[in-house]
Amino acid sequence: MAERMQFEYNVDGGNFTRAGFASSEIKKILKKLNVDIGIVKRTVVATYEGEVNIVAHAYSGTIYVDIDTERIRINLKDEGPGIPDIDQAMEEGYSTASSQVREMGFGAGMGLPNMKKNADEMHITSEVDKGTEVEIVMFLNNKE
Amino acid sequence: MVKFFHHALKFRKDVCIGCSHCMNECPTQAIRIHGGKAELTDNRCIDCGKCYMVCPVGAIIVEADDLSRIFDYTHRVALIPNILLGQFPEGVSISQICSVLMEAGFTHIFEVEHGTRVLEDAMTKMMEEKELPRPLISTFCPAIVRLIQVRFPMFTDNLMLLKAPLDIAAMYYRRKLEEEGISPEDTGVFYITPCAAKIAAIKSPVGEESSPITGVINMDFIYNKIYTKVKQGLSGKGSCCLPAMQPLQPEEMVWSLTEGEAARMPGRTLAIDEVSNVIEFLEKMENEEISDIDFLELRACDQSCAGGILTSGNRFFTVERLRKRAEEAARGNDSMIYDTAGDSIRDHFDYLNEHLKVTQIKPRAMDKLDEDMEQAMLKMRKVQEIMKDLPYVDCGICGSPTCNSLAEDIVQGKAHVNQCIYVQKRWEQEGKLQPKESMEILKEIWGEDKF
Repeated sequence: MAERMQFEYNVDGGNFTRAGFASSEIKKILKKLNVDIGIVKRTVVATYEGEVNIVAHAYSGTIYVDIDTERIRINLKDEGPGIPDIDQAMEEGYSTASSQVREMGFGAGMGLPNMKKNADEMHITSEVDKGTEVEIVMFLNNKE
Repeated sequence: MVKFFHHALKFRKDVCIGCSHCMNECPTQAIRIHGGKAELTDNRCIDCGKCYMVCPVGAIIVEADDLSRIFDYTHRVALIPNILLGQFPEGVSISQICSVLMEAGFTHIFEVEHGTRVLEDAMTKMMEEKELPRPLISTFCPAIVRLIQVRFPMFTDNLMLLKAPLDIAAMYYRRKLEEEGISPEDTGVFYITPCAAKIAAIKSPVGEESSPITGVINMDFIYNKIYTKVKQGLSGKGSCCLPAMQPLQPEEMVWSLTEGEAARMPGRTLAIDEVSNVIEFLEKMENEEISDIDFLELRACDQSCAGGILTSGNRFFTVERLRKRAEEAARGNDSMIYDTAGDSIRDHFDYLNEHLKVTQIKPRAMDKLDEDMEQAMLKMRKVQEIMKDLPYVDCGICGSPTCNSLAEDIVQGKAHVNQCIYVQKRWEQEGKLQPKESMEILKEIWGEDKF
């Protein structure tokens, strides 16, 4: 069995001052593991979007990171309002963010589409009034 | 290990007292203490000179050329940055400064900032190229270029692949003298530098094959020479022969100050000075927390080149003086004597433009624990295990700047966990280590004479 590492980060809903902490930590880890810088960049951008989504919309959440030499799997799981219409949420520019959040430079409706664009694979499941789970997968040995 | 960079900063073991001030100040954690002396990890060092600034005993020196070297050439050009003029108080005139340089043996004096005219055009053109990444990052400060190579490799593609004003000024002046019939071998171009990073960049240019600059003279050396002469009243009477040149424009005079480039670039621009500010900003930019910026001016020193490690004047006064000079020049009162009918660097645009580009700047990532990812993961796991025993105090007594850097040094086989004073005390308590042994360990790090 190849080497495998797991990490876990808690994310507070509504705490924008700390938004980005988990993404930064994940970035540091990937750099130390000598992951290709292009993949590090895409992973961090996608994770940061997901982290901000939790801060902006959910009450609390956890980011689970699972790395082996084949792929990086990041699971962003939150307890929150959930997404009633995932297809709509995936449309560029669609946003439910309050004007307060938009003033802070967030909530442009690019979060989920941008995550999908940067990830090799993305899966979303959501239950209204319960929470949302987004999983992104990055392949490390894809020579596309 | 392959040595990537030439460094202008040298550590003198005979002078170093092993106080670790430099180790604690280094923004790339390139310094360790061993045997009572500071040791530099070459590939991590970016030549910012933070260590030089805090060394209490002058054990870190900046390796420049001896002034006598200029006499190897019949035509000796002093390439002076505006910062040099900003070192001196009101009473010292620009012509006095230039006269002393001529007395010291230079035959020509040329202001580096003349090179900004060509550069600004090339930069503006680059800003119009839509397919280039954003933000484009200036390569003006060589310490920043190295910082990006070693710590932010994902931004090497954002670097503007253009030479610095001093290279352009040197190329222009060489060409001018050649046109006047002077053999290139007889021309020596010497840059009066305010920092170590410029020296390192000239001695081993990043993304260039060779430098048009012959040698480098430290600005503090020249400053003392000029100030002594002026104080003794021996200088300033003789006329100084500046090249027949179009005068510098006000915006060119402040190019090396913070905002100097950012103010001239189109779109949304930002200027950040001081290396830890730059690191903080680039870390945020890696997450794309910061986007929609078109141009970034990044400088390693506080107040940009006015705060260069080889400057002698107070950096805030230097900034004030240079801004004042620019304001005066805008009103048409520059005290630099120019022959306005003279040559313009614009006449050589085509030639300079052809030689303006530098080749690709490669990433030199230093963060990785191992080339092989599986090995890197094993090492990371070991680092995590070791960290459980370390106190997170970052006291530096182990000879590494932080607990984490000690843990990584251990994993790389360069240190032992018993170098940690907390571990030592615990092991002594548990009977695993004799006080005599832990004393030996401390002596190995800090030197016999400390105990």
